[in-house]
Amino acid sequence: MTETAAHAVLRGVTRVYPGTSQVHALGPIDLDIAKGEFFSVVGPSGCGKSTLLDVLAGLNPPTAGTIAFEGEPVAGSVPDGVGVVFQEDASFPWLTVRDNVAFGLRRLGMDAAEVTRRVDYAVGFMGLADFAGAYPAQLSGGMRQRVCIARTLVLQPRLILLDEPFGALDQQTRLLMGDELLRLWRETGATVLLITHALDEAAMLSDRVGVMSSRPGRFIDLVETGWPRDRDSRIVSDAAFGAITARLWSSLRTESMKAIGRG
Amino acid sequence: MTRSTRIVCTRWGVSLGLILLLEAACRSGVVPTLAVLPPSEMFAAMLELLSTEEVLANVAATFSTVAVAFLAAVLIGFAAGVALHGLPRFRRAIDPLLASYYSVPIFVFYPLLVALFGLSALPLIAIGFLAALPAMLIATLLGLDRVPPVLRRVARMHRLGSARTAALVILPAALPNLFQGIKLSLAYAFIGVIAGEFILSGGGLGYAIAYAYESFDNRTMYGLMLFVLLSAVISNTLLSTWESRLQRRRWRA
Repeated sequence: MTETAAHAVLRGVTRVYPGTSQVHALGPIDLDIAKGEFFSVVGPSGCGKSTLLDVLAGLNPPTAGTIAFEGEPVAGSVPDGVGVVFQEDASFPWLTVRDNVAFGLRRLGMDAAEVTRRVDYAVGFMGLADFAGAYPAQLSGGMRQRVCIARTLVLQPRLILLDEPFGALDQQTRLLMGDELLRLWRETGATVLLITHALDEAAMLSDRVGVMSSRPGRFIDLVETGWPRDRDSRIVSDAAFGAITARLWSSLRTESMKAIGRG
Repeated sequence: MTRSTRIVCTRWGVSLGLILLLEAACRSGVVPTLAVLPPSEMFAAMLELLSTEEVLANVAATFSTVAVAFLAAVLIGFAAGVALHGLPRFRRAIDPLLASYYSVPIFVFYPLLVALFGLSALPLIAIGFLAALPAMLIATLLGLDRVPPVLRRVARMHRLGSARTAALVILPAALPNLFQGIKLSLAYAFIGVIAGEFILSGGGLGYAIAYAYESFDNRTMYGLMLFVLLSAVISNTLLSTWESRLQRRRWRA
């Protein structure tokens, strides 16, 4: 991480949900994510992983602390160059695949020819070319999630935030989607932050994995995987893969017990 | 034959079968024609009536009253639904009133409405409007409630302002429920106005049916009843067709 400049920087980031019974969900968190890095976050249920993504994306303000993306403070809105893929199916059911993917570009008032070129590329890249005219209801869960990724990809974000995007998919589809994500990451050169509850997914995809404590979520371990950039899902058979997953679980086990009230 | 074609054929088959059964029952004397006319005679009577100026004037009066009541209910019901959705505390306070609204027989307010608006079309418009309004209001609330929160977050990710979020994300997402509200509002406005005319008015199709009934004029009564029935079915079918087309349509802004 040290050889490249920090792309996103979090300092003392804390999030407390106000109300009659205040909930201290996150932090304080200090984190530097390098440009072009694939960083994953794992942690027990309810530890504030999604809250971390929300504050980094500018969807929610931190209660305390600062966030900077490309040197500019993130304050109250999603910065230019940041794309988010959500856990839930976020495709627009009234639009075709092609129109879903083009949604953001049309809002930007982009030239129609450029919209077509970018949409064709993104739809093809995500393997949706044969379904460009289909509606989300006609697609499987994995394909709908690919539509959402394509809709984010087409905006050419420099920082892609993914909130458990494969959470609803079966294991085989998740592995294949992981390969797609790695290909996307390599070809775009974007920085990726992935929130996931799956340790194997984090170990397979990431350059670095941050392990969070139970609520309020803080980083209790940062694990460097040391994988080459041109990796794919076949590394699950690598001996080091087991060691990385074991270390993640060893860091996480006590926190997970706490999260279910057995700590 | 596709599944949807089979469904349409079955629907038409059942309807035609029932009509033919009634026709046969009336013609054979099983059902006395003094009580019920054969459907073929009802249809002939309807066509005859629709060529008379008096009935056409009643049709125009009823349809214009329904149209005004329906449009007002849809527009005001939608606006009120949006406003109420934005005021959750106030909504919680009046939710029980909304839930019990249809248990109130709104026709009892007719004397009050006549006192307020005079002996004109306005009291009938008010009755149709009051019958149709909650359907649109409740459908709007339901539609807005059912917009998945993640779609609002997608709008924020695309840095859309409030107006564009409403037009490009919220409205299309809520559309299926809004259309249900529009269809129900039309049905309730129709029922409210016809029933109002039947009981309380001196004009319109409802009044003409009531007058024919009191005069033992079965031919006119059944002819007009068939016309009202066909009008309701046709208007509902047209709205349903429009709804399906919009659902299939590609939404571009």
